[in-house]
Parts: sequence; C-alpha cells; structure tokens
Amino acid sequence: MPTREQQLAMVEELEKQIAELQSSTPPSEAAQEEIERLREQIASLRKEAPGSAHDAWERVLLARHPQRPYTLDFIHMLCTDFTEIHGDRRFADDPAMVAGLARFEGRPVVVVGHQKGRDTKQKLLRNFGMPNPEGYRKALRVMQLGAKFNLPILSLVDTPGAYPGIGAEERGQAEAIAHNLKEIPRLAVPIVVVIHGEGGSGGALAIAVGDKALMLENAIYSVISPESCSSILWRDWNHKEEAARILKLTATDLHGFGIVDEIVPEPPGGAHADPERAGALLRSAIRESLRVLGSLSTAELMERRHERLRQLATLIRET
Amino acid sequence: MTWFRKEKKPLETSPAEKRVQTEGLWTKCEGCKQILWKKDLENNLQCCPKCGFHFKMGSRARLAMLFDEGKYEEYDAGLASPDPLHFADRKTYRARLEEAQKLTGMKDALLTGRGLMAGKPIIICAMEFQFIGGSMGAVVGEKITRAIDRCIAQRLPLVIISCSGGARMMEGAISLLQLAKISAALARFDETRKPYISVLTNPTTGGTTASFAMLGDLNIAEPGALIGFAGPRVIEQTIHQKLPEGFQRSEFLLAHGMLDAIVPRKDLKSYLASTLELLGAWNSSPTRS
Repeated sequence: MPTREQQLAMVEELEKQIAELQSSTPPSEAAQEEIERLREQIASLRKEAPGSAHDAWERVLLARHPQRPYTLDFIHMLCTDFTEIHGDRRFADDPAMVAGLARFEGRPVVVVGHQKGRDTKQKLLRNFGMPNPEGYRKALRVMQLGAKFNLPILSLVDTPGAYPGIGAEERGQAEAIAHNLKEIPRLAVPIVVVIHGEGGSGGALAIAVGDKALMLENAIYSVISPESCSSILWRDWNHKEEAARILKLTATDLHGFGIVDEIVPEPPGGAHADPERAGALLRSAIRESLRVLGSLSTAELMERRHERLRQLATLIRET
Repeated sequence: MTWFRKEKKPLETSPAEKRVQTEGLWTKCEGCKQILWKKDLENNLQCCPKCGFHFKMGSRARLAMLFDEGKYEEYDAGLASPDPLHFADRKTYRARLEEAQKLTGMKDALLTGRGLMAGKPIIICAMEFQFIGGSMGAVVGEKITRAIDRCIAQRLPLVIISCSGGARMMEGAISLLQLAKISAALARFDETRKPYISVLTNPTTGGTTASFAMLGDLNIAEPGALIGFAGPRVIEQTIHQKLPEGFQRSEFLLAHGMLDAIVPRKDLKSYLASTLELLGAWNSSPTRS
C-alpha cells in the first residue's frame, strides 16, 4: 500500500501526463481516451484514503492549485458581455479585485471577485489576489451600482486574505472591510456568493455577505490560514496539515455549521482537471439560486436576508 | 575570647511586619519605564501618573468607571461557547476556556450592561482582554448583536469598548462570520437614529477593527493604542521591513483620517455623555426620519 505522499505524487504525475496530452493540438481520439483513463485513475487514487487530516490539507492544496480556474476564468465561462469597471474613485484601481457588468444566461448582472495571477508577472500585478482597501471600496461601489439599477449581484471569492501592508493600513484596510460588511446587507437585490477557491478570513468575507452562499467542493474558508495557525499554536509551520484539519475549513464542515448553504460539486480530480465541467456545474447552481431569489418580492428578500444574517453562526449555549 | 563578640541581640522583625508583601505592589510603566506603586495606578484609572501611559483596563472596571456610581444591570452573563469545532492543539479549547473563566470570573470575553451615564440610560459593552486576548467567537458576536437588538427595541444609544486581538481562531469560520452578523445588526440600528460610539483601546486589531470597532457614528480611541487590521509582526514578515515608529498607534490613525478623536481615559465619560447628548441620543420626541 503506497503512502499518502506517494499517492499524491502519483496524482501529480498523472496530471502532468494529461497536460502533455492536451497540449498536442488538436488532441487525437486516442489521446482523448487516454486522458479519460488517466482522470479515472486520479479519481480512484484520491478516493482511496480519505483520512481526515490528509483530506483537509489536500483540499487546501486543491483550493490553491496553480491550474485552478480563477475568478476571471469563471466569469468568462459563466457570463457573456463582461464589461470591467475599474477604480474606487477615491485612490486607485486595485487589480486584485475585479468588478463589472455582464450577462448571466442573457440576464444583466453585476459581478465582483478577487483575482489571482497565473504567471509571475500576473501574480505581482494581482498582488497574489490580496486586495488593498481600494479593492474593497471598488467592489462596494460596483455592487451599489448594481442595486441602483436592480441588477442581481454575483460575488466570486478567492483570496488568501486582505493585504497586510503599510499602505493598506494607512488607507484603512479594516475600515474598508467593516464598511462593506455594513453596507452590502442594505443592497435590495439578490446577492449570490460563490466561494470557489480560497476564502481567506476578513479579506474574503468583505465581499461574501449575501442571500445565498455557494461553496465549491474543494474550496476552503477559514478565519486564518493553516500556516499561520500552525505558527501561532506550534511556533512553526510544520503542523500546517494538522492545523488544516482542526480549523474545519472544508465545504462539508462549513455546510454543517450552516455558514454555507450549498456545496457545488467539482469534476473528479478537482476544478482544474476539467474547468469547463466545473463551470457548467457552478452555472446550474447559480441559475437555481437566482431563480429562487428572483421569485421573492424585495420586502421578502430583505426580511429573509435579515433573518439569515441574524442567525448566522450562532453556536452558543445558555448556562 | 573573641574581642568582637556582639554585645546586642540581632534585630528582630516582628512576625506581623514579616507578612508585609512588597512583591506585586509595584509595577513598571511601559511608557516612561518608571516604577509605579500599583495603588497610585488604580487611583488614576490605570494611567501612569507620571507620563499618562494608558494601561489595559478590565471590562468590569470599565463599566464601573462609565456608569453612574458604578451601577448597572448585566445582560447575557450566562452565554458560553459549546466548543463547536472540538478544537484541540497542544491543549484543548475547553481547557483554555475554563482557565480564562477562572481567571476572569466571566463566561466569555465581553461584558454588557445597562445603566445610567450622567443620569441617562445607555447600554455599554466592554471587551475583556484577559479572556483569551479579548478574542471574538460566537458568544462575543451574539452578545454584541443582542445588545444592538436591545438598543433598537428600547431606543437607547450604544457604546462598545474594544480591546481585542480579533476573531478567535479556536472557533474557526464561526468566529469570522460574527463580523458579518454584528455589522448587519449595526446597519439595522442606523434606522433608529440612535447613536453608537465605538471606543478603541489598546490593542484593537484583526476582525474586531474590521467590523464594529470601525463602524461607530463616532470612532474614538485612547492615546497610544495599537489599532490596525493586520498585526505589526504579520506586516513585518510580509514586507520584510522594519515598521516606522508610532505606526498603527492612535495618533497615526488620527493623522490618517481613521479616527474622529483621541480621548484620554479620564475624560472619556464626560466626552461620551456630551457627544451623545449633542447627537440627540435621549431626545424624547421621535427624530426626523
């Protein structure tokens, strides 16, 4: 029986093979068949040992997988006519946050989301998906624009966290996040939140308030990264896998706490293994959410939201 | 025979005198490094009589200082955490909770009271730093939200005194979502047109700053308090630079437009009473809507 590390190495190897086969354009029929076979192998490898500690950490790795679809990838898969809106009209345009108008299945919507970069240059431009205050202010501005023109809001969450820098503090990172948390609940249009990659603490939450929270199967959502948690509790990063497990940051855990309303399945091997399929699965979940929320009157929508937010994460006991 | 024999008996200390403790009576000021008599510090609202440095103040002392004659009715004292994550690292969260409960005599890190301030009714919440660093979990979140609900129902002004490292790691994402719950409640409180004043004290960081602490109609701070989103160590590790002197202190935030005022502790009660009065906190006629 191979160890978990060996299994993961095998998965990685198989993924590499798939990538090679896919790069030969157009892939021959034989190559397609081979890809299918490899994918099945990966799926069974992943299923073999769902040990809890490895499982949580594995999801952390999947949520951060370099080939995982990012916000703009999802926007292009889910929407047409995406028109980006830049800037917070106060200080700057933050490339770590994207916002704009688009059509979802023909219907105009507003989309906001954290954006990570794929290569080194893009990573730097996007600041690794960690917004500064102007990013949060831009997101709110565009969401308010949506509310003004009665457009539903889609919020796509994928960030390691809000950027911890000198400029960010000077310009009020905490104030920007707090302001969003207070103002977003007032917007009288349906808000669907999708946590599709990393839900990194306050930096994620600042655009993750709404009427319905969807979470992709392998996404994570946590108050602190497993690395930081490990360094606080054990004074080093070596316990990050253990930290990932005890933080209860997987979609299943959060669904159990009632923080997430619905888990959106991913294709075998994770969203990066078949982005188109991941997009299609997410599309149907969003469609259904918008349909249900769209059938409510504004008063019902706001009442329901108020109730939802009031009851959120009330895990206490009276003594 | 020795010529240096002692003629007198050695001096004897009386047993009563021996019991006088000197240890724990004195403390060193973190500001001016002078040695202070603790009694002097207590008599001066935990501020250094020499340089004015503001020491941390417990939540009970806070409420006692702000309510008339130190009298108030406590709310929700019995709320406690059920340890929803069954969190355990080298020590269980349950053990940490029990320890903190023993130390503070509180069930969690927040104290809510209703009483009179300068003769007028008000609800005040104070965070307790001694309780796991004043961290915010589901109990703190629920207690603040209930305090806001009560202010809405009773049409009362609200003051929250923050002293907290942020969200409580041991309750994971449940802690995180308290930020959303409290902030949404404050949005509803706005509709009553009753004022909420946020008082930031040393230290106020993380999720606490990124929610209710920055959402007051007025946000004021005590002098020299550390206030920020990310802690200084995290920022240093991220940017690999030494941080400038005074970074993230009250005076720095005031200069950057993030605070309305810095108010020394001795003036806090009169500042709150007079600004709340100016904002019409106790106007009997319904305010314009």
